[in-house]
Amino acid sequence: MELNNKLTVSASPHVKSAETTTGIMLDVIIALLPAGVASVFVFGIRALLIIAVSVISCVLAEFLSRKAMKRDQTIGDLSAVVTGILLAYNLPSTIPIWQVVFGAIVAIVVVKQMFGGIGQNFVNPALLARIVLISAFPARMSAGAFVGTNVVGWDVDGVTGATPMGLISLADGIKDGAPSLMHLFIGTTAGCIGEVSALALLLGGIYLIIRKVISPIIPCVYIGTVALIMLIAFGDVNAMLYEVLGGGLMIGAIFMATDYTTSPITDKGKVIYALGCALITCLIRLFGSLPEGVSFSIIIMNILVPHIENWTKPTIFGTVKEKKEKKEAAAE
Amino acid sequence: MAEKKTLGQEFSKGLIKENPVLRLVLGTCPTLAVSTSIENAIGMGVAATMVLICSNIVISALRKVIPNKVRIPCYIVVIAAFVTMVQLLVKAFAPSLDEGLGIYLPLIVVNCIILGRAEGFANKNGVLASAIDGIGMGVGFTIALTLMAAIREFFGSGNLTLKVIGYGTTLKDIFHLGETDILTAIGLEPILIFILAPGGFFTFGLLMACANKLAESKGKPKAELKGCEACPMAATCGMKAEGKECAE
Repeated sequence: MELNNKLTVSASPHVKSAETTTGIMLDVIIALLPAGVASVFVFGIRALLIIAVSVISCVLAEFLSRKAMKRDQTIGDLSAVVTGILLAYNLPSTIPIWQVVFGAIVAIVVVKQMFGGIGQNFVNPALLARIVLISAFPARMSAGAFVGTNVVGWDVDGVTGATPMGLISLADGIKDGAPSLMHLFIGTTAGCIGEVSALALLLGGIYLIIRKVISPIIPCVYIGTVALIMLIAFGDVNAMLYEVLGGGLMIGAIFMATDYTTSPITDKGKVIYALGCALITCLIRLFGSLPEGVSFSIIIMNILVPHIENWTKPTIFGTVKEKKEKKEAAAE
Repeated sequence: MAEKKTLGQEFSKGLIKENPVLRLVLGTCPTLAVSTSIENAIGMGVAATMVLICSNIVISALRKVIPNKVRIPCYIVVIAAFVTMVQLLVKAFAPSLDEGLGIYLPLIVVNCIILGRAEGFANKNGVLASAIDGIGMGVGFTIALTLMAAIREFFGSGNLTLKVIGYGTTLKDIFHLGETDILTAIGLEPILIFILAPGGFFTFGLLMACANKLAESKGKPKAELKGCEACPMAATCGMKAEGKECAE
């Protein structure tokens, strides 16, 4: 009789973890904090304003679209907050406020909710919103827009003009006026709000890996492959480090490419996915007309994820590989 | 399709319920390509409507003469003849429209709406009904195209060209804005992506969703099936033959 009380009769799965979507998203938000702090130092209070506007419009867009579609409310899972922060981190600090709202609506309503909400989006919402904004307002999202304001009065080299990625090319190497590697590492350069400080992003990434929110495979393979290709292309360690630390590679590899919904499940798949991201990033940076290619490469690989999952489908335990059977059949 | 429609219904079905672009998804190529300004959209719509009406009439009149096996080449010859006429007329009387539409004007020959209506309607119905169908479909096409162009042009360039073959005005001139566009004047900026291809697809999708919603709400509610008619197993189930109804 006593035994009966201890047994629960239910359908599988029987082993459940205490992890919740809200908990994971909270971890991501914590990991994103250092980059936010760094952005306020580099770009001033306007960076904070843009982050706030982006988060509020994302949550509001999620709330309203779920209501309009008569579905359950999902703003409690904090995924819209993460999208909002990531979107803001991918924008220059000089962007007009209403364009941030436009981007947030594209990210949440078009990319996420029209495809079914969390877990159903086919690409990263924040990244696609960034690409839509690049095509919609090219002047707001290029060269001169990425300036820093130098609020704390320290020496901010190369902040007045283009993003650091515009100051390096395969033909000329690192050009004059480009920020030093130390500036790129700390983040005192021009760029998008959240991408400038490699140090802050690395801190966040290490936190996520320790908390086991993300697996280190995608960021390591992605950044490693970019480093290797750049080393071969430039034949110079300085240029290689410049390419790794500058631009959106860090935030892309750590926070964007590792999005659960739009990255492969298996380890093998993750490696293929990260290699693809790295290859496309390098091709765009070295030979493309755009200075930066991280967002496009991740979006392209996002779209290929279903195929990667298909190729890397693990064999079910206990089954014989089909290939062998076919070979045997052919031999007979 | 089995029930006979009145001529009024033949006309009105093309507007929303069987709108060629938004409901039948025909002729999407010219729709996406020329819907960047209202002037081009109306020009394209009128040109295609003319061809559609004429070809529907001729094909319907010849439907018993044309051998079934070579009907498609025959339709194309008829359609191409009318497209050539329309093209020459446009070149002569509206050269600016000809420039605006470019290759899409001669490409009306292979416009799916025209061939689709020839194959799907004109070769089965009388001359009058075919003519009315052509008018309805043509008007539906023009409305869809103009609506799409209005959305894309307004958000993409902050302006609306309210012109037909060069006569008329623009929304900018109505408000005497000079060089600045309307969106800039109210503190925003033109959203360039609406003029580009992705914006075209996006607007197209949204309008399709609206048309589906409208068509559903206008049409009769779907008849609810009950009992054995609703059961997928009805064909193999022996209960009805025995004169019994199953528990479900």
